[in-house]
This record gives sequence, C-alpha cells and structure tokens, in this order.
Amino acid sequence: MTKVQEKPPYTNVFLTTTVYPPAEREKEAPARRQIQRSVRRLESRAKVDGSAEYIYNLRLPGMLYGKIFRSSVAHGRILNIDISAALAVEGVEAVIIGKDVCTLIPDPYYGPAFADQPILALEKVRHIGEPVAVVLAKDPHVAEEAAELIVAEYDPLDAVFDEVEAAQPGAPVIHDRLRPAAFFADLKHLKSRSGSNVALDSHLRHGDVERGFASADRIFEHTFHTGKVTHLPFEPMVAVAEPTGIDTLTIHTSTQSPSFVRAELSRLLGWPENKVRVRTAYVGGGFGAKLYIKLEALVAVCALLLRKPVRIALTTEEQFYTITRHSATVRMKTGVRSDGRMVAREVEVWWNGGAYADIGPRVSQKSGFTAAGPYDIENVKLDNYAVYTNEPPAGALRGFGIPQLVWAYESQSDVIAHELGIDPLEFRRRNLLRDGRPHSTGMVMYNAQLDAVLDRLAERLDWNGQFERGSGTIRRGRGIAIGLKACISPSTSVAIVNICGDGSCTVYCGTVDMGQASDTAMAQITGEVLGLDAEAIRVVHSDTDVTPSDMATLGSRSTFHMGNAVRFAAEHAREQLIAVAAASLGAEARNLELRNGKAVSGVGDQITLREIMVARFGMQAGNIIGIGSYTPNYNKPDPQTGQSANVTPFWMVGGTGAEIEVDTETGHIRVTKLVNAGDVGCAINPEIVKRQLNGAGTMQLGFTLFEQMLLDSGQVINASLADCKVPGFLDMPDEITAELIEVPHERGPFGAKGMGETGTFAVSPAIGNALYDAVGVRILEMPLTPERVVRAIREREHRPLGNE
Amino acid sequence: MNEMSDSHRRTIRFTLNHRKVSANIAVHENLVEMLQREFSLYGARESCGQGLCGCCTVLVNGMAVSGCLFLAALVDGAEILTIEGLNQGGELDPLQQAFVANGAFQCGFCTPGMILTSKELLDTNAIPSEEQIRHHLSGNLCRCGAYPDIVRAVKEAAVLPRAAKTSVT
Repeated sequence: MTKVQEKPPYTNVFLTTTVYPPAEREKEAPARRQIQRSVRRLESRAKVDGSAEYIYNLRLPGMLYGKIFRSSVAHGRILNIDISAALAVEGVEAVIIGKDVCTLIPDPYYGPAFADQPILALEKVRHIGEPVAVVLAKDPHVAEEAAELIVAEYDPLDAVFDEVEAAQPGAPVIHDRLRPAAFFADLKHLKSRSGSNVALDSHLRHGDVERGFASADRIFEHTFHTGKVTHLPFEPMVAVAEPTGIDTLTIHTSTQSPSFVRAELSRLLGWPENKVRVRTAYVGGGFGAKLYIKLEALVAVCALLLRKPVRIALTTEEQFYTITRHSATVRMKTGVRSDGRMVAREVEVWWNGGAYADIGPRVSQKSGFTAAGPYDIENVKLDNYAVYTNEPPAGALRGFGIPQLVWAYESQSDVIAHELGIDPLEFRRRNLLRDGRPHSTGMVMYNAQLDAVLDRLAERLDWNGQFERGSGTIRRGRGIAIGLKACISPSTSVAIVNICGDGSCTVYCGTVDMGQASDTAMAQITGEVLGLDAEAIRVVHSDTDVTPSDMATLGSRSTFHMGNAVRFAAEHAREQLIAVAAASLGAEARNLELRNGKAVSGVGDQITLREIMVARFGMQAGNIIGIGSYTPNYNKPDPQTGQSANVTPFWMVGGTGAEIEVDTETGHIRVTKLVNAGDVGCAINPEIVKRQLNGAGTMQLGFTLFEQMLLDSGQVINASLADCKVPGFLDMPDEITAELIEVPHERGPFGAKGMGETGTFAVSPAIGNALYDAVGVRILEMPLTPERVVRAIREREHRPLGNE
Repeated sequence: MNEMSDSHRRTIRFTLNHRKVSANIAVHENLVEMLQREFSLYGARESCGQGLCGCCTVLVNGMAVSGCLFLAALVDGAEILTIEGLNQGGELDPLQQAFVANGAFQCGFCTPGMILTSKELLDTNAIPSEEQIRHHLSGNLCRCGAYPDIVRAVKEAAVLPRAAKTSVT
C-alpha cells in the first residue's frame, strides 16, 4: 500500500526552518509563564528515591577519617597535650595539634570578620568544645577511640559567659589582640582592638532622643532576653579535602559559602584562588550553620600534611559546640504620646558572640540598625555591642539577629498598647513606617508592604470578630507581631547561562540549594527569559572551578541578587540567540521573541534553539554563553550616626498572627493557629515560597516554645536531640498558613524579594503577646517554657513557686 | 577494623530490597554502616546517632527501625527494605509520588526515613486519619519543617492506586 505523502513542507533554505503549513503558525502556543508557577523541585525524584547527592555520603579511595579532641575548659592556657596513647592505637595514622598546623600555615587564624579563630587551638583555649587535636585513621571508630585517649593539661583562666558582664571594663579579656579580616566590603570598617571583649560597637543616632523623651507622655523601659539556640541541620557539618596534585586541592564540603571558603583557604595557604577548588552538592539543611570556614581549613591541613584525602564530620553533640545563634540582651526604652504615637526610642543590645566572632559583628550591626522596628519614630538612638564570651561561637541563624530584636520591640509594642488602652493592631497602624518616610538610618523607605502584611494578618485572624477565650484551666489568647529586616549589602552574584549545541540550557550559579529550592527558582527565571520550561533547564551546583563567584547563600539574598544575575545572564544569551535568529529568518531582532524553545517573529516565522545553534556554528555544536552579574548600590553608614541614604537593596517584612491555648496548671502552650504573612515582592514559585514561610515559622516556633541550649559555665548540658528538643509532628500548630503579599519590588528579578528568613521574624512575640492575651502574664525572656509560664502565672496570682 | 579476629566478624544472609544477599560484617557494625560499606546504599543516613531523628530509618521485616542503633548482625535472615528498594522497575511508589506532588520535603535529608515510616503505617493501616499519621511519624523529624506537606502526602498516597502512573520529573 502506498502511503500518501503529505505535501512537502515549504522550506526556506535560508531560514533553515520549517514554516508549513501556514495555519500551524497561528496555533503556536503563547509562551508559558515560568514566573509565579508552582514548578515541582527539579531534584524531586532524587530526593524521594534516596539518590540525591550529599557530601556527607562521599567516600574517596584511601580516605582517612578525622576525629576532633576538644577542650574541656572554657578559658585556659594550654600547658601540655599528650597524644602518645592515641598514637599508639593500632590503625591511627596521625595525630595533629596546633603546632603541626603552623608548619604548613604559620598564621593559622581564620574568620569572616576577624582573623581570630585558630584551625586548632594555639596557646589558649577560649571555649569548651574548642578543637585542640585531631586523630586520623582509616576506620572512624579507631579515630574516635584514640581521640578519647588524648590528655590535655590547662592552666585555667577566669572566664566570662554573660554578654553584658563581658562587655564591661575589667572582665577577663578573651582575645589579646583583634585583627580585622578585611575581606567583606561591608566589614571594612572593623578596627584592630586590644583589651576589650567588644568586637564591634555600632551606633545609630537619628533625631534627638532626649528631646523626644521630653515630649513623651509615657516612657516604657524593659530588658528583654533571648536564649542560645543552635541550627541542627540534619546533614551534619562535613568536609572532605582531597589533594589533587602537588599544588592543587579540592574541598568537598556541605557549605553555604563555597566562594568564601576558597578565598579564605587560599589566603591561609598562600595559594592563588585558582589552585583551590571548593565544591558542594545538595546541602541537607544549613540555616546559617554552614557558612564561612567550619571544618574546611582543618581537613585541608590534615590532607596536605598526610597527602591523603581526609573527611571530618561532626556528631550532633559537636554541632552544639561549633556554631549557635546569639543569645541577646535588649534594653529598650520608648517614649509615647498619649495619642499612641511613639516619639523616641533608645535601644542597647548586647550580642553574646561566644569565643570567636564568626559573622557576629555583621549580625550586630546589620540587624542592630533595625532595632527601632518597622515604626516611624522621629528620635532614635541605637547602640549594639558584639561581645566575646567563653561560650561556643555564635554566627548567623535564619533571621540573622532579627528575631531577637523583634521579640523585644513587638513585645513592648503590646505592652504600650495595653497600657494606653489602644488595640494592639491599631497601635501598630498608628506608628508604621510607610513608603516615602525616612527609616532611622535615614534611608527613605520604599517597596515595603507593612500595612498590607498587618491587614492580611488581621483578616486571617478575624481580629475584630468574636474570639473564644476558653475557660477553667485552658485559656485562649491571640497575638500579632510584625518585623522588618534590611537585606545584607553590598554583595555580588555572578551567573552564566549556557546554550548547548542542541539548544538545551545549563545555568552555572554558586547559589547552594540547601532545601530552599534555589535551583528551581533560578531555572524558572532563566526559563522565563529564554522561553523554556524550567523543568528542561539544568542548574549546576556550586563548584568554584566551574560556577562563578557568589558572596554566599545567606540572609535571604539569593533570589534577589543571584536571581538578578541569572536574569541578566539569560538576557545576554537571549540577545545573542535572537541576533542569529534574526539573520536566519531575515527578521528584525526587535520583532522576535523566544518562546517554547523557539525564536518566533511577529508574522509567525520561527526557528528552534537547536537550529539557531546550527545556523551559528554550522553543526550541532558550540555554545552561546550569557554572563550576568549583580551588585546593588550601597552607601556605607556613617560610623558615628549610622546614617546612610541607601543601606539595603530591599526591605523584608514579615508578620505573624498566633492563636494559642494555655494550660494554666502545666504552663504548656498549644498553638492552635499560626499565620505567617510575608512581603515577597513576587513569588517566583508560590507553593515553594509558602513552604519556606511555614518552614521558617516552624523553626522559630521551636525557639519560642522549648528549644534552648542550656549552659553551665560554658558547658552545654543538653547537647543532644534527646535533651534539646526540636519541633516534631506533634508540636505543629493545628493550623499553619502562609500568606503572600505580592507587590513587585522595582529592582527584584520579576519583582521578587528574598524571603527565606521572613517567616522567622515575628513568631516569638506573636506567641508571647497571645500568652498575655490568654492569661495576663508578660514574659520578657525566651523561650516560653512551661516552667516559665507556670511561674509567671503563679506570681501573678501572688502565690509564687519556690526554686526547689 | 580490618585485622579483627574471626570471632568479631561473621557472615550474615538476608534479603535486601527483594534480592537475597550476604555480607561479612563486624559484630559492632550498625545497619547504616553495613548498607553503606557493603552495598553502597546511602539513602539511610545517620544524623543524630541516637535514634531520635529518623533519617536512618530502614524497614526490617516491615518494621521501621533506626539503622544507626540497629546492629547489622540482627538482620541475619531478615527482609530489609531501604528507600532504594521502594521504587520498582523505575516506577516510583505511590508514597514517593505523593511526596513529590505535595512538595513534602525541602533539603531532602530526612525524606527517605519519612517515606519508609509512612510505608510502615500504610502497610498496616490503609487509610489513616491525619492524627494517626502525625502520631505514627512522630519519631521522624524534619528540620526544614515540611510537616504539613508530609501529612498531606501520606493522606494522598493512601488513596493512590499502587499502579498509579503520575508523571514525575
């Protein structure tokens, strides 16, 4: 049987494209929007079938396992380290101590703010749990057993643990001399210091705070406190160093900041950056723990000394001693007129940075300058102190200091509102800092949806409706709170978008996907520009040999900064694709658009991306490379007054509404409803954005109700998941919802803002305020443990509990 | 411990992901270590090391155990299912499909454990209530806080036909 051939399509040999039958052209589907589409995570399958790559699972041939021996004193001079018994254990290949490190790196101090942290302790130890030695063996159990045989002798020094005490003159000095790291542009102002535990004091002066207080009808003053907590990502901190030649080194690490790790290791080793390769895979949770140098310098030294691959991973217990969230003391004094307008606010914050600064100075300054809250207050005076103590180091943890401050100012907002007899929602509305008005830094606010966030909370909580208040021993209450954050500035992201010979697309960007779905978001942004489905785009994981530089994956900056860089890179690639397509189709570039994998003209002529590559290179070959980079403008704040016309590329706004039940006999708080509202600009992927808000809210819920590190003279007495509980299924609110406020930000990629931390801001005071609403007690210290709640209730009833 | 004497090692036989296998193990080795060392299976991951987080969950004779606490020697003669054995012939199990469809994970580190504990539940209680799901999974933790999505995924998986063909990317 003869098959009837269809009429041969009309082929314009010059166009190298098929445009027959003409009727088909009109049917060309409109471009599918990639933005505001809930694409499933690109790596979905790998994460449900167990095949997703994590550095924790990496095993290299001939690899040694390292086990760290740690300090048992909080502050002391090292007199002797006896490693002989450890070395005698069969299977131990080496034991390395501080002076061995110095044979390779004479000045082995690292840190993003101050070069204050030795790779292994030298002369002194400054906190319990500080790494003093490391045992290397082929068998991790052998290394562990041998590490227990090391004996160190110390001459104890006076130690200090409280951040306010440590900041006073006369406190034991933890670092004799501080040397600024001088790496990050925003930390160039750090000064060399000696004789003080204050790593950085930063100040803001706006208006005249004394005159403001004089004009106030009421003055409120409280001291708030937040406890020390830690990140506990479930993929433990891990790094593997692999010597790859005589003068090159690869670090495989579960890190959020590959570019910084490379720069810092290069500096320590005295090597050019191009000799150090830092790569990561999917990161099994970070939350700020896996930033800057953690294990990377230690594994690098071990691997270079032994010329073998070395892996060190931390146990859960060790993570408690490695990095934490600052506990903070916040003294807040506010002057208010009787009409409910705040006219003056003075805040002093002491940030407990532990024994090494890590990124604490940035936390204290960049979050510290928002300590007056999202309010329009004419007279503001802020003093922030990043303080060294002999506790484990503190750094960034999802929210970067903001939750500690919001706890203070939003608890106080409620106190003031109740005292003045003003509805707490109304009190906030009277004081909100609206677009066009100057923030206390002097920067004029723009694109910050404070009203919309509050309005949405009020609506979702039915704030003006009836509320069932409970009875007997179960009392119900509700609260709201709202917080503001300035995204880190300045910082740079660079991205590459590559069109392969077959027209497929690969994105090279250094943003680390640690669960926030950045790969998916970057693919959506690229897809939107290039007219491709996000699902068809591949995003290459951070590898400093391959992916361009990026400041780090932190502080909710990636969607905005890397999103813009990726967008510019995609636009650069698009320009080149369209130029070739225009020549091929004989069309004008301005009449062409990319959609559904093709360049399409206004009259319907079209050419696929593969055909564009063939037209450009004569065969299915070559690359079209788009490059994009993004560094927002920034004005450094004045060191005396903290004033700056442009202190942040975008403001983040997050609010929470909570409904709770309090058991007045046990003090147990059950959250029945939690609403997290975030100003996200534009949700690139709405479902994932909502999950980020809920996930952040859940983490902060744990910090609010029960999570806290208990320390006794610098010793963590609950360093396990058994004793330091994190939220589980049974701790979840009966109802948890995320509310997106989407007003496009004028500089964000497709209007998007960062929002990975937004859900953490206001959870704690919303619950604290609900507690007051339910049972009339105001607790100034987090977390709101059942014991604290019961004690407060009993105190209010004039029958306080004893301390036994 | 390569040089360990014979009394500290033994050979065990068991079924691993539907295949009969044997392994020469050290008596102190836990299940996660054996799966990684002998079979290059990394879906069960030791995290907290105390049986509290659930990242290392493995099904032994259908029962969810913490692989970081469970001695490898104890699985002699048992049937072991790890996350790698759940999708058969390349097709995802309804639970895996439902986790994908509901975005029931973020960093993904706890996900294999969540899915296997959910499988244990659905194998004994075909249509669990939300409360039963929360209760059954309460020994598995997710630091990213994907709990509401996980509950939704398990509910959905319960009613998905086992041969369902949801396209998954």
